[in-house]
Amino acid sequence: MSEVSGTGSTEAPAPAGDQLVVLDNVNKHFGALHVLQDIDLTIHRGEVVVVIGPSGSGKSTLCRTINRLETIDSGAISIDGKPLPQEGRELARLRADVGMVFQSFNLFAHKTVLENVVLGQTKVRRTDKAAAEKKARALLDRVGVGTQADKYPAQLSGGQQQRVAIARALAMDPKVMLFDEPTSALDPEMINEVLEVMQQLARDGMTMVVVTHEMGFARSAANRVVFMADGRIVEEAEPNQFFNNPRSDRAKDFLSKILHH
Amino acid sequence: MNVLLDHFPEFRDGFLGTLAITAASALLALVLGILIAGFRVSPIPPLRVFGTAWVTVLRNTPLTLLFLVAFFVVPQVLIPGTSPFVLATLALGFYTSSFVCEAVRSGISTVPIGQAEAARSLGMTFSQTLRMIVLPQATRTVLPPLSSIFIALTKNSAIAGAFSVAELFSVSKLLSDKGFAIGWIFLWIALAYLVITFAISGLFRVLERRMGVAR
Repeated sequence: MSEVSGTGSTEAPAPAGDQLVVLDNVNKHFGALHVLQDIDLTIHRGEVVVVIGPSGSGKSTLCRTINRLETIDSGAISIDGKPLPQEGRELARLRADVGMVFQSFNLFAHKTVLENVVLGQTKVRRTDKAAAEKKARALLDRVGVGTQADKYPAQLSGGQQQRVAIARALAMDPKVMLFDEPTSALDPEMINEVLEVMQQLARDGMTMVVVTHEMGFARSAANRVVFMADGRIVEEAEPNQFFNNPRSDRAKDFLSKILHH
Repeated sequence: MNVLLDHFPEFRDGFLGTLAITAASALLALVLGILIAGFRVSPIPPLRVFGTAWVTVLRNTPLTLLFLVAFFVVPQVLIPGTSPFVLATLALGFYTSSFVCEAVRSGISTVPIGQAEAARSLGMTFSQTLRMIVLPQATRTVLPPLSSIFIALTKNSAIAGAFSVAELFSVSKLLSDKGFAIGWIFLWIALAYLVITFAISGLFRVLERRMGVAR
């Protein structure tokens, strides 16, 4: 994954046959709030799934359950055929294969940009330092922040920080990337620079789960749109189908509010 | 004045004694305190219980009582023939570790939760996350309370003087028993303590200035 394919076609690759992430009848409560209700969702290798929905619909929680940052009350989640284990070394190993990008970037504040991208490789993958740095610099160049390598995260703009965060996740060669509202904390003029990196990733065939409010990204990059409301998956469809001809009233209502104002 | 010049070797040995026992128990307290703080925030319930029990027992026991246990129970039950210096270091170090633990824990809770989540998402284990990501960022917050704790430790070390460890307080007792003017003795002893405590606060001021983490 460390090379950018020069022939990035505009066509999104068709989902391959095999299932990478499977959520089976997942339920979760926050106290009295039933935040995830009977969630069934299968993500295939190479597929880009965009999760949209109103605030509080459970879409961020859904994203965070996939690498077990949130535990679930019932149901099962498996990644590449392996069910998520309990907290411990085995879970840590599995998490290394699942890249995560947060709304608030969460770059390590006491480490430089380069160290942020190197750390996981050397401490988790046990890559030797020179190779890790070489790969980190290549990834930073790829997301367009190669010149910032020796700065600390606080010295970078939000858009730059988020691109570093994407590079940090990519450095682990993940099987799937989770994006939890990656552009929601960004100033408007910085949103595109992050979305472009994500578009490129999608074109390169990365399996992605993206929770977002960016409908433009959903239209252009997604293989499938998952619409959530009140803890349930209300509708799943191809982007064109979903945006032009939503079936559920809930989705029609949501789209009318965000697309016409 | 004369009492200092006439008995300079005693004062010097007392000063070095206080310095030694303070340094030794501060080191012990720091190591134990950080370890126990790790236990208290660990995902493993038995470790959390152990950490809570450690803090509850040691923080709520009078230090003099811990000295009595260290000097009259520990040699009987565990290790006979241990030197008073080691026993006093154990009592002071264990006692102070409970305060260090709580200071470190409060520092840990000031590090944004997202930092630990990002580390775990990369596949780092709990102890890697704590050592490499959380504790380094907690250090700055922990320094001011830690400075107070170590100053308190310096003064608490006077109790060791009553348990036949050669340090400042035992020197003052020795000399006042010999009939020297108590006012002058106390003045010199107090100045000697001030040298140590001022050195501690100075050291921590320097550390604080060096360890800022920009967000």
